[in-house]
Amino acid sequence: MTHNNFWLKKIEISVSEAEKRTGRNAMNMQETYTAYLIETRSVEHTDGQSVLTDSLWRRYSEFELLRNYLLVYYPHIVVPPLPEKRAEFVWHKLSADNMDPDFVERRRIGLENFLLRIASHPILCRDKIFYLFLTQEGNWKETVNETGFQLKADSRLKALNATFRVKNPDKRFTDLKHYSDELQSVISHLLRVRARVADRLYGVYKVHGNYGRVFSEWSAIEKEMGDGLQSAGHHMDVYASSIDDILEDEEHYADQLKEYLFYAEALRAVCRKHELMQYDLEMAAQDLASKKQQCEELATGTVRTFSLKGMTTKLFGQETPEQREARIKVLEEQINEGEQQLKSKNLEGREFVKNAWADIERFKEQKNRDLKEALISYAVMQISMCKKGIQVWTNAKECFNKM
Amino acid sequence: MEGERRASQARSSGLPAGGADGDSPGGSAPFPGSSGSSALLQAEVLDLDEDEDDLEVFSKDASLMDMNSFSPMMPTSPLSMINQIKFEDEPDLKDLFITVDEPESHVTTIETFITYRIITKTSRGEFDSSEFEVRRRYQDFLWLKGKLEEAHPTLIIPPLPEKFIVKGMVERFNDDFIETRRKALHKFLNRIADHPTLTFNEDFKIFLTAQAWELSSHKKQGPGLLSRMGQTVRAVASSMRGVKNRPEEFMEMNNFIELFSQKINLIDKISQRIYKEEREYFDEMKEYGPIHILWSASEEDLVDTLKDVASCIDRCCKATEKRMSGLSEALLPVVHEYVLYSEMLMGVMKRRDQIQAELDSKVEALTYKKTDTDLFPEEIGKLEDKVECANNALKADWERWKQNMQNDIKLAFTDMAEENIHYYEQCLATWESFLTSQTNLHLEETSEDKP
Repeated sequence: MTHNNFWLKKIEISVSEAEKRTGRNAMNMQETYTAYLIETRSVEHTDGQSVLTDSLWRRYSEFELLRNYLLVYYPHIVVPPLPEKRAEFVWHKLSADNMDPDFVERRRIGLENFLLRIASHPILCRDKIFYLFLTQEGNWKETVNETGFQLKADSRLKALNATFRVKNPDKRFTDLKHYSDELQSVISHLLRVRARVADRLYGVYKVHGNYGRVFSEWSAIEKEMGDGLQSAGHHMDVYASSIDDILEDEEHYADQLKEYLFYAEALRAVCRKHELMQYDLEMAAQDLASKKQQCEELATGTVRTFSLKGMTTKLFGQETPEQREARIKVLEEQINEGEQQLKSKNLEGREFVKNAWADIERFKEQKNRDLKEALISYAVMQISMCKKGIQVWTNAKECFNKM
Repeated sequence: MEGERRASQARSSGLPAGGADGDSPGGSAPFPGSSGSSALLQAEVLDLDEDEDDLEVFSKDASLMDMNSFSPMMPTSPLSMINQIKFEDEPDLKDLFITVDEPESHVTTIETFITYRIITKTSRGEFDSSEFEVRRRYQDFLWLKGKLEEAHPTLIIPPLPEKFIVKGMVERFNDDFIETRRKALHKFLNRIADHPTLTFNEDFKIFLTAQAWELSSHKKQGPGLLSRMGQTVRAVASSMRGVKNRPEEFMEMNNFIELFSQKINLIDKISQRIYKEEREYFDEMKEYGPIHILWSASEEDLVDTLKDVASCIDRCCKATEKRMSGLSEALLPVVHEYVLYSEMLMGVMKRRDQIQAELDSKVEALTYKKTDTDLFPEEIGKLEDKVECANNALKADWERWKQNMQNDIKLAFTDMAEENIHYYEQCLATWESFLTSQTNLHLEETSEDKP
């Protein structure tokens, strides 16, 4: 995939290799991990040739760091998800081991896809940290941490609180949240059943392989039937072993669906940010309203709102007019400030909604295209499986006929 | 020898994890667990004790049955059977047509049993009429088989379906079991009818034509229980002695039978297992399609695509169902019959050996005991005739049986292959039409965008 960005030239990104390594972790213990080679090539406009400009090794945790950074700095963007950390939705033959070569291979592809998604995003591709991720091997982690993004991150508790107490979130975001919940639930279900179907299909194919062996042994005692049996048995073996490739292809299809399963979480993150901002706004407005009220009461002498000062005044005696003046002045200043803040929060909120919604529209188009393509590729896989089946059984039938 | 050559070509080890010929497709390493699990599948198939299908008569869902002119299926009247292709290599016209149908339950104070209606249509002179209808129960079939074995000890009598199921059956008389048995009994009688010698057996005729009371009184005649027991004792004794002088051709026959028995039993297990796996696949597939419909409810732009995928999956599901029924229709009964046949054959070999043993022991006695030898030569002469008769009968029947076996097996497996081809063709058509409709839609959309 090629696209314009930081480099002022079209570039190609690939995660081309995976390697097992050992090293020491944060607690100074030996650990084994997999490192992935990321190669960046810039493409010359004139002749389309690509030149290797950068190549470095990264491990999964560094990808996670990159993503967490992007989540904080681009809360209005639906940030592409990473491939799964641990193998899920496995069926009996598939290994759940992170070190398993097939899992590593699928993860390699998933990580490449992740980088390509970022590189093709109109906003994310311009990010400096992303650029450095691809070009600066050493010190990159320190650079990211120096941005202090962890401090800027919203606390989970705060976000949760906001979700429950926000009064007037934009309806589109509420709908989006429901959509993402449904998407997550239905894709999970689909992947679970698909895994079971794969398991059963594997069984059907593999048992036929037993025919191969028995036919072969039987053919030894048969004169006329022998040849037919023997060659039919061979086709049964071919049939039985064909399922491995078929299911490997299907695993890629499952990965495509998984990406959108994880995208659901990214969508929810944007919704949460909106809720947080909206809640903040509502709180600020409420606070402002209450201060205005207080001010008014002080000015007119009526006490309708509760205030500590008011209580103590009641208990310990009236305050002097000077004191009251001072308080009113303080409040008026606060109200001014508050109004400024409210204005800017409002602006921020509207900007956020506008930008977020633009990205969501972009995401929707991407999702529709990708899912449609995935479903079509599933059909193509089925077609290929059927064609193989027809061929094998036609051959077997010929052999049976000859018996 | 041909047989040996083939034996050396036969693959020695079990199922390889990758490809059959070593040309493993794709670059990926074989999955770590795969050789273990395929061996497991083999082990599961071979393990006699664990396999729950061991002694079960395969179950079939009668509702899935497909009508097929080769099967001893259903109420094709005997006359319409004239139009059926003969499944045995009999020359000329059949003149004896038998159907077994209408199982009925009878309850008495002592027991409950099932009877089957047997209709016979014939043009043979020795039959008093051209059409007969009687009711028989399984016991009667057992009796008939016993009589045939008695009269023709070295002929290959067709097998009867098993008496009862040891494992996995709650009720002795569930519908599947009865239907399976009925078909097997139908096959049993027809095989006898098609046998050049057995078809003229007197007990067979009585079985087909006698009324219930006639049959009971006839059964009471003939060699009693004790003499039959005596025969059995002698047979066991002689088989324990071993046969020293078994002629070469019968040695070969015996070897064949042993190996054949092994192989056909394995094939029976494998076929049952395939049916089971296909059934479980079908069960999962049934759930798979509807999820796409569920999904389509939340996706405006993908509704059609998702619904189409769901309907493709459902159609493939139906095709799987059909494939399963084809398997249980064409393959399983045939393979199972030959499992029973192989047991039969071992019995036939024993009986032949026993007849020869009688001769051998008399000859031995003659060689060592010089007294009482006057009657021996005559007796020995008779026994020699008996042995020669038995051997010839067996030889002839053996050739006939082998020929039939080849045809039946060939047909059964060809049918299975046909079912699979048909299954994949159906699925292919389904998905291809989906693909076409998606591409057409795309073309329509893009052409609409153009100004």
